[in-house]
Amino acid sequence: MTSLIAPPLAATAATPNRDWAVEAHGLVKLFGANRAVDGVDLQVQAGTVYGVLGPNGAGKTTTIRMLATLLKLDGGEATIFGHDVRREPQIIRQLIGVTGQYASVDENLSATENLVLFSRLLGLTRKQARAKSAELLEQFGLTEAAKRPLKNFSGGMRRRLDLAASLIAQPPLIFLDEPTTGLDPRTRAQMWETIRDLVSSGSTVLLTTQYLDEADQLADRIAVIDRGTVVAEGTTDELKSSIGSSSLQVRLTDPKEVESAREVIERVLGATAVVSPEGSRITAPMEHVSAVTDLLVVLRERGIELSEISVQKPTLDEVFLSLTGHSVSDEEAQDAAAAAGSNDAASGASANTPTVSAADAAAADFESQKA
Amino acid sequence: MTSLTLRPTITPGVDRELKNHVTFKQGVSNALSMAGRGLIKVRRTPEQLFDVTLQPIIFTVMFTYIFGGAISGSVANYLPLIIPGILVQTVITTSVVTGVQLREDMDKGVFDRFKSLPIARIAPLAGALLADTLRYAIATTITFITGFIMGYRPAGGIWGILGAAVLVIACSWAISWIWAFFGMIGRSASSVQGISMMILFPLTFLSNAFVPANTMPSWLEWFVNINPVSYLVTAVRDLTNNGTVGFDALWAIVGAAAVVAVFAPLTVRAYMRKA
Repeated sequence: MTSLIAPPLAATAATPNRDWAVEAHGLVKLFGANRAVDGVDLQVQAGTVYGVLGPNGAGKTTTIRMLATLLKLDGGEATIFGHDVRREPQIIRQLIGVTGQYASVDENLSATENLVLFSRLLGLTRKQARAKSAELLEQFGLTEAAKRPLKNFSGGMRRRLDLAASLIAQPPLIFLDEPTTGLDPRTRAQMWETIRDLVSSGSTVLLTTQYLDEADQLADRIAVIDRGTVVAEGTTDELKSSIGSSSLQVRLTDPKEVESAREVIERVLGATAVVSPEGSRITAPMEHVSAVTDLLVVLRERGIELSEISVQKPTLDEVFLSLTGHSVSDEEAQDAAAAAGSNDAASGASANTPTVSAADAAAADFESQKA
Repeated sequence: MTSLTLRPTITPGVDRELKNHVTFKQGVSNALSMAGRGLIKVRRTPEQLFDVTLQPIIFTVMFTYIFGGAISGSVANYLPLIIPGILVQTVITTSVVTGVQLREDMDKGVFDRFKSLPIARIAPLAGALLADTLRYAIATTITFITGFIMGYRPAGGIWGILGAAVLVIACSWAISWIWAFFGMIGRSASSVQGISMMILFPLTFLSNAFVPANTMPSWLEWFVNINPVSYLVTAVRDLTNNGTVGFDALWAIVGAAAVVAVFAPLTVRAYMRKA
C-alpha cells in the first residue's frame, strides 16, 4: 500500500497542476486515412465528473485510449495532472484507472484471482493483495461470486469487477468507457451510485457515454463529440439550454400539412423544428413542457389534425441534430454539411436523406477498437 | 450492492511522488506474477494440456511401433534412437502453442488493462514464455515415462536424463521466441498457427530425430546435418544413452542462444509497438 500512495509531499513533477486532471489540446489519431480523432480539446477539472458524449465511431474510445497511454498520439498535446502523456507514460499509468469494454479482466480467472493478480502487479505483497481483493469484492457486492468462473457473471457483475480492478491503486483519475452500455436500468442506477461515490472520495472521473441521460445524471461538464471533433462543450445546463430540456414529437394525420405544421411549431416554440425523412413526423426542442398547450390550441385553430403527440427527454440523436444539424447515423448529410460548410444546408439534407448508415458508424467504431 | 465507503479520501494526483521507470526488481516480480497467471489458467482449463500429455504418448507409441522394425530391426533396438528424437520433436511442437496463445491473449481486453498498469512493459510477454516452460516439463516427463513403459532403459542414468530434460526445455524455450514473434506480427491466432507449423515441420522432420541421416539423398543429408534440431537430438542421445556431453550439446546451446539473440529483440520490438 505504502509504495502505491506516496505521502502528501511536494510533487516532483515538472509542472504539477492542481486544477486540471486532464488537459488535452488538438488531439489527433489517424487510422490509415481515417481521422478517428481530429483535433479534440478537453479540460477536466480535478475532482469533477466529465462526460464525453457521442455516438458509436465518434472517437470517444480512441480519445480515452490516447489519454490512457494505450494509443500513441498522432498530433496534439495531453497532460494528466501536469504530466505529459507522451514523455511520462509510466507516471500516467500510476495516476489512472481504466475501465471499458477493452480494458477488462481475465475471463479465465475468478474474481478473486483477477484482483489478486492486479494487486500483485501493482506491488502489493501477497497478504496485502488478498486483503485488498476481499475489501473490494465486499464493497462491490461480489463476495459471494468471488470464486465463481467469470463466464457465469451477469453484465452488471462484470462491470463492477472491472471497476473494482481499476480502483486497487486508488487512482486520482478514472476513465470509464461507456460504463453502463448494455446494462438494465436497475444495474445502471447502481453503477451511477458507485460513480458518484467515487467522486465524493476525491477521484476525478472522465466517462464516455452514448446516453444523454447518463451524462446529465453524472457529469459536471459535457463535451459532445462527433466525427473526431468536439462540437459542443459546457455544463449540463448550458448544453441543455442549447437543445431544450425536452423534445416534442408530433405525427400528422395528413402528411400534406407538414409544412404549415412545422411553421406553427417553430413560431409557438421559438425553435427549429425538423421534419423526419418519411415526412409525417416533426421533432422540435422544447424549453417548457407547458408550451405544448399553446401549440395544441394553435394547431386546432389551423385545423391541423395530429395522429400522435409525445414529449420526451431529448435523445442523443436530437442533441446531434440540434448541435450539428445532422443526425447521428446520417453520413450523407454529414458529407453535405462538409461540402456546404453550413448547418442549414445540412439540416435540409438530413431531413430528406434516409438514415441508412448506422452500420457504417458501427463498422468505424469496430475499426478504431481493433487498431 | 452495499454502499461504498471509499471516504478515506484519495491522494490527489499532484501530491503523489512518482517515477517514470520500472526497476529491474519490479520487472522480475511483474513477470513472475504474469507467469503465475499463466499457471492458474492451465489449472482452470486442463484441456489446454492435451497437447503436452496425450501427444507425447501417441507420438512415442505410434512412431516406435511403425518405424522400429524397419529402421533398427526391432522395437527394442529403436528405442534409444527414437525416444530422444521424439522428445525433441514433441517438446518443440508444444512450444508452438506459445505464439498462438499469446496472439489470442493479446486480442482480449485484459491485455489492455495490463498495458494501462504501471508495470514493466515486457512482463506479460516474459510471464507467458516463463509459464510455458511448465508445459515443456510435462511433455518431457510424459515422453520419458512412455519410453520406460515400452522398455527403454537409458544407459546414461538419472543425471543423463535430467541433463537431457533441462537441455530440451531450455532449447524449446529459446525456440518459443520464434513463435512468440509470429504471435506478435500475425493477424489472427489461426494464421500464427499456420506460419508456425510451416516452419516447425521441416525443422523437426528434416533432422535425425526419426531415422539416421546417412540413408537420405546427399542434399537432404546436408540440410539434416546443419539443422540445429539434429544437434539437439544428438546431444540428447549422448546424454541419455551414454551420459556424456559432447560438442553437439554445445552447438545446440549456441543455436538456442542465437535464436534468442535474434528473436527476443524482434519480438520485444513488435510487442512494444503493439503495446
